Amino acid sequence: MEFLNAVFVAPFLDIADSPVFFAEVVIGGLMSGVMYSLVALGFVLIFKASGVFNYAQGAMVLFAALTLVGLMEHGAPLWLGLLVTLGVMVALAYAIERFMLRKLVNQEGIILFMATIGLNFVLEGVGQIAFGSDVKRLDVGLPDKSFEWKGILLNTFDLSATFIGAVMVTSLALFFQYTPTGRALRAVADDHQAALSVGIPLKTIWVIVWSVAGAVALVAGIMWGAKAGVQFSLVLIALKALPVLILGGFTSVPGAIVGGLIIGVGEKVAEVYWGPVFGGAIESWFAYMLALAFLLFRPQGLFGEKIIERV
Amino acid sequence: MTNVEAKTGGEAGVQTGAASLLTINNIEVIYDHVILVLKGVSLEVPEGGIVALLGANGAGKTTTLKAISNLLHAERGEVTKGSIECMGERVDRLSPNELVRRGVIQVMEGRHCFEHLTVEENLLTGAYTRTDGRANVAASLEKVYHYFPRLKERRTSQAGYTSGGEQQMTAIGRALMANPTMILLDEPSMGLAPQLVEEIFEIVRDLNQKEGVSFLLAEQNTSIALKYSDYGYILENGRVVMDGEAASLSDNEDVKEFYLGLSSGGRRSFRDVKHYRRRKRWL
Repeated sequence: MEFLNAVFVAPFLDIADSPVFFAEVVIGGLMSGVMYSLVALGFVLIFKASGVFNYAQGAMVLFAALTLVGLMEHGAPLWLGLLVTLGVMVALAYAIERFMLRKLVNQEGIILFMATIGLNFVLEGVGQIAFGSDVKRLDVGLPDKSFEWKGILLNTFDLSATFIGAVMVTSLALFFQYTPTGRALRAVADDHQAALSVGIPLKTIWVIVWSVAGAVALVAGIMWGAKAGVQFSLVLIALKALPVLILGGFTSVPGAIVGGLIIGVGEKVAEVYWGPVFGGAIESWFAYMLALAFLLFRPQGLFGEKIIERV
Repeated sequence: MTNVEAKTGGEAGVQTGAASLLTINNIEVIYDHVILVLKGVSLEVPEGGIVALLGANGAGKTTTLKAISNLLHAERGEVTKGSIECMGERVDRLSPNELVRRGVIQVMEGRHCFEHLTVEENLLTGAYTRTDGRANVAASLEKVYHYFPRLKERRTSQAGYTSGGEQQMTAIGRALMANPTMILLDEPSMGLAPQLVEEIFEIVRDLNQKEGVSFLLAEQNTSIALKYSDYGYILENGRVVMDGEAASLSDNEDVKEFYLGLSSGGRRSFRDVKHYRRRKRWL
């Protein structure tokens, strides 16, 4: 009885008691949700354009952040560092196409997936050999100040992250939906061979997609690196992106965003209000429970493409 | 009158020089470095012609088409001997993308539409290689809708949810969007009702006559393929065993027996048939 009360009644009384605090929790959740979305976006891009689940996305985030920090440690100004890192990510995309994907045209998704696991190890290793494995501070000059707005505590860094995320998502969604290249990307995702047969050059498409995913990884790396320091554990935030993807759908750019926001808010709210009942630390598994529920009832996610089966 | 005749005569004379749009000379195709599929296939597609490639399962029809469009490469296949010439140029080392730019495009067996794209988006992907501007692409789209009015009705539905016939039309329309001079059409009749097959072949003939698109079509349905084409090649085990004008092929006793299912001598015992077949192998 007491347990039921603690689960179904008390939290809601708390919320009603102090709506301002609740709003703060929700906003905090939204902010961390945006950060998840940024990582998830990289997955969606590659999945959409090649049907490959890119296990190495987390490693790409780390690799991009490490490169940027490494360059800045050697005295490069921020703009130069960003430019060079972007160049490195594009070069990486070329290398991936040349040495990995080109050999695997027309193979099963699972084989490409395995290849990305290999890529993951390579990137982790090379990044750390080149730039060391200590925790590094990344300062990109975004203001990090807290202020109060209508009694709610906000943070300028989180707000800018949200803004950057929103801009990126909107432009990517438009790109995919309305440009010939975007259409070609979606076509490649549906059927490699048919795309080849109508003259879409897979090589170019893959380089484009992996470059864009590299750029997204760079942005995610900057945001997470500035927040939590550039370190090996950046790879692990990729795991957090997984429930986001399941929730939002692997093939939907807006889905990655909404999924990220739901996970972010859900996590924070669950932790604050329901955490004590379960002895705390709900935050670390709540997202996966949510993902599990989704897998049972709506496997394509909220916005994912329906699995088409003609009968 | 005489004037016109003289003119056509003159043009025909010029055409014999450049009459052959596609010439395949004795090609050999090997998959995975070991599996020999084509053992010296030669054929020719004249400009503005419809040529049928006939044969049973595994005879090498699809492989021949893929050797031309160079989709073979993605399946670990390779042209190891012989040459493929298109408009007088060697094309066997070109990528599918470059071939589409030169006007040779393949419609694959089993339709292969982009399921999650709408019908119209599917058609537009065919224009990926076009560089002549949006207005021309829009004009081509209208042209495709003119030939396939049904696609216009379904332009906004996802291709994965359209019927088999509509998917085949989408696939052909998508190829048309590339403004091709030649379409390699693989098994257009597959899985379609006879009436629809007839409808699709009518459109193929229309496209050939009005748009001047040449076709090389691989078909198992010999009777309909010969009805709509000018010339035919019969493949068996990776070799061309017979070729000729479509009309003469349909009159050939052996073609009737083996490919059209028409036999002249009434019922025969199974042993006789077997004997006959063994004796009358093409090779």
